[in-house]
Amino acid sequence: MSTPFDYAPAPESRSIVDIKPSYGLFINGEFVDGHGKSFKTISPATEEVLAEVAEADEADVDAAVKAARKAFRAWSRMPGRERAKYLYRIARIIQERSRELAVLESLDNGKPIKESRDVDVPTVAAHFFYYAGWADKLEHAGFGSNPQPLGVAGQVIPWNFPLLMLAWKIAPALACGNTVVLKPAETTPLTALLFAEICQQADLPPGVVNIVTGAGGTGQALVGHPDVDKVAFTGSTEVGKAIARTVAGTNKKVTLELGGKAANIVFDDAPLDQAVEGIVNGIFFNQGHVCCAGSRLLVQESVADELLAKLKRRMSTLRVGDPLDKNTDIGAINSAEQLARIRELSDIGESEGAGRWSPACELPSTGFWFPPTLFTGVSQAHRIAREEIFGPVLSVLTFRTPSEAIEKANNTPYGLSAGVWTDKGSRILHMANQLRAGVVWANTFNKFDPTSPFGGYKESGYGREGGRHGLEAYLK
Amino acid sequence: MSRIDVRKTYKLYVGGAFPRSESGHSYEVFDSKGKFVANAALASRKDARDAVIAARKAFPGWSARTAYNRAQIVYRIAEVMEDRRPQFVQAVVQSEGLSASKAEKVVDEAIDRLVWYAGWADKITQVIGNANPVAGPFFNLSTPEPTGVVAVLAPQESSLLGLIGVVAPAIVTGNTVVVVSSCDRPLPAVTFSEVLATSDVPGGVVNILTGSAATVGPWLASHMDVNALDLTGIAGDSALATDLEVAAADNLKRVRRAPAAEPDWTLDPGLDAMTAFLETKTVWHPIGV
Repeated sequence: MSTPFDYAPAPESRSIVDIKPSYGLFINGEFVDGHGKSFKTISPATEEVLAEVAEADEADVDAAVKAARKAFRAWSRMPGRERAKYLYRIARIIQERSRELAVLESLDNGKPIKESRDVDVPTVAAHFFYYAGWADKLEHAGFGSNPQPLGVAGQVIPWNFPLLMLAWKIAPALACGNTVVLKPAETTPLTALLFAEICQQADLPPGVVNIVTGAGGTGQALVGHPDVDKVAFTGSTEVGKAIARTVAGTNKKVTLELGGKAANIVFDDAPLDQAVEGIVNGIFFNQGHVCCAGSRLLVQESVADELLAKLKRRMSTLRVGDPLDKNTDIGAINSAEQLARIRELSDIGESEGAGRWSPACELPSTGFWFPPTLFTGVSQAHRIAREEIFGPVLSVLTFRTPSEAIEKANNTPYGLSAGVWTDKGSRILHMANQLRAGVVWANTFNKFDPTSPFGGYKESGYGREGGRHGLEAYLK
Repeated sequence: MSRIDVRKTYKLYVGGAFPRSESGHSYEVFDSKGKFVANAALASRKDARDAVIAARKAFPGWSARTAYNRAQIVYRIAEVMEDRRPQFVQAVVQSEGLSASKAEKVVDEAIDRLVWYAGWADKITQVIGNANPVAGPFFNLSTPEPTGVVAVLAPQESSLLGLIGVVAPAIVTGNTVVVVSSCDRPLPAVTFSEVLATSDVPGGVVNILTGSAATVGPWLASHMDVNALDLTGIAGDSALATDLEVAAADNLKRVRRAPAAEPDWTLDPGLDAMTAFLETKTVWHPIGV
């Protein structure tokens, strides 16, 4: 790149979305005041306060679970084809209000509008469409001739894909006849609260969906509530383990979608330019706030220099900045806390001897930002090769033989995803067999679809979300 | 003078060999009427750890075998058991106090159950796998894979049929297992291990420890190289089951919880015992020219 290409600013208008100054909890079909304190949710790009949100305490969670229990009776007995129509309604409203949802998601989360607009929100609508169609076909799903819902589902979701994770949780739960109490992440509650309005707009019966906002304490109250039959959690492995301990000895069914440290493996016969696009998408998509991010690049030694040169050139074209600008590739880091974690682990990478590189890139003066970064000369013992950074930071390791690549790729307590780049079909299938990961992307990366099951091996959690497999978590 | 019988010393089955307990401990086994039958090895923490090492070592080879080959090997276990039917009948009579005719039915059921599970090896993928019609030009296929090393606490009452009911479903799909047998009724499990040793089952695929689930269970539940835990065998002991499930959370083992009471093992087992220890892997590849 001799001269940078100049882009004119192309901001998406935020006037489409009407953010209220404060939000209550969504319980039994209505917004109510919580008993707890309220907290502020900010735009991570500007640190501007977007709204005040109620923090649900134990009594609020209990009220939400009671509402869900009360609604379960009618909802679970409603013919599947009628439940389906509510879900189809919701899917349609999401499509109709997609721009509003996308802008709000980018404001509250910090992700680029082109991702919230082109990936998150369309996939959310698709997810509701997909599971709507299952509601009246469950006896054909392979889980017995008369599968039954579990009851009340307590669902706790992360901040990286706020609305998409909500869809992954709520759509299959409702399709199977369960009712839900969902807790969005503390830093990204706004699209879940807009979704609550969509439930009202769809005339969804009160209590079928309840949204309780709050932090860790609210989540604990929900997961530990004795009248919750099903716990679904997406988030860190550490919290996932705590949840597994909490539900031990109960009859609660659990699915956990946790951390990852995916290997993205590039062989010397791979189409390198395509691989570079896949590597960039694998680690810089959504600022690297992706549990299945390809955060470890394993490149065959013979093409390592060539690939790295191409990768650095490509990284130099990434545009970091205003999430609402349609040309932005990398938005803001979601919170000060996450930024501190990324900085800490990156500094450790440097002090442990790995070579740090980022393209020249101007970062805004307010908000939380981290440049796209790669580390070379990383060994398997380095913390940046072992721990989930959850940011735009790529660790580069090399290998010589396929068996060495497999050994290194599997040398992690995680097992969520992996990538393989090669032109040789038999090698793709061999690698796919050998990699201990729930999703293997071959000559592609970070693809998601409502019909495709997602979930990990080992400490990346258990259970699957998406596809026919995703129904199992909500049926008995 | 009547002949003095040769009393057998029962041992553990680990990595295809029959070691004594590393601890040197054994315990007395009595029949259902309280008459002394034999001494069995009392498995220790070290035995459990050795068994996990053996199971881990056997996992890559066993899981990589073709489903057809695993089916043949599990079927071969049934063949060898059929050969040694009288010995199993005697062991079940001794252990469970059943009449000879009832014990024969139990052994028949156990052998038939093995044959049933053997056939699943090359069918489970077709029944629970999926081609997924994603909205884009991609090949997308979900298939089951074995979870890895499974620690199995075998049923306390049904010492043979119950044992088959937890071991066969785990191994037929490619897992390797460390089994703690019924504590008071270990002899059918010991006889079963002698069958395994002569039925083409690679060493380490099934490891059988005799002794107490309450003593050995916690070491297996907290072992970081064990991937899953089957608590079926401690049915009714909710305090122990809760403790083990808590310990299992340290590396997020898949846990098959203990039922309130021991199941009726003569019923159709369904797929749950297999699917509890399977992972779903989804592979994507672009379609293009």
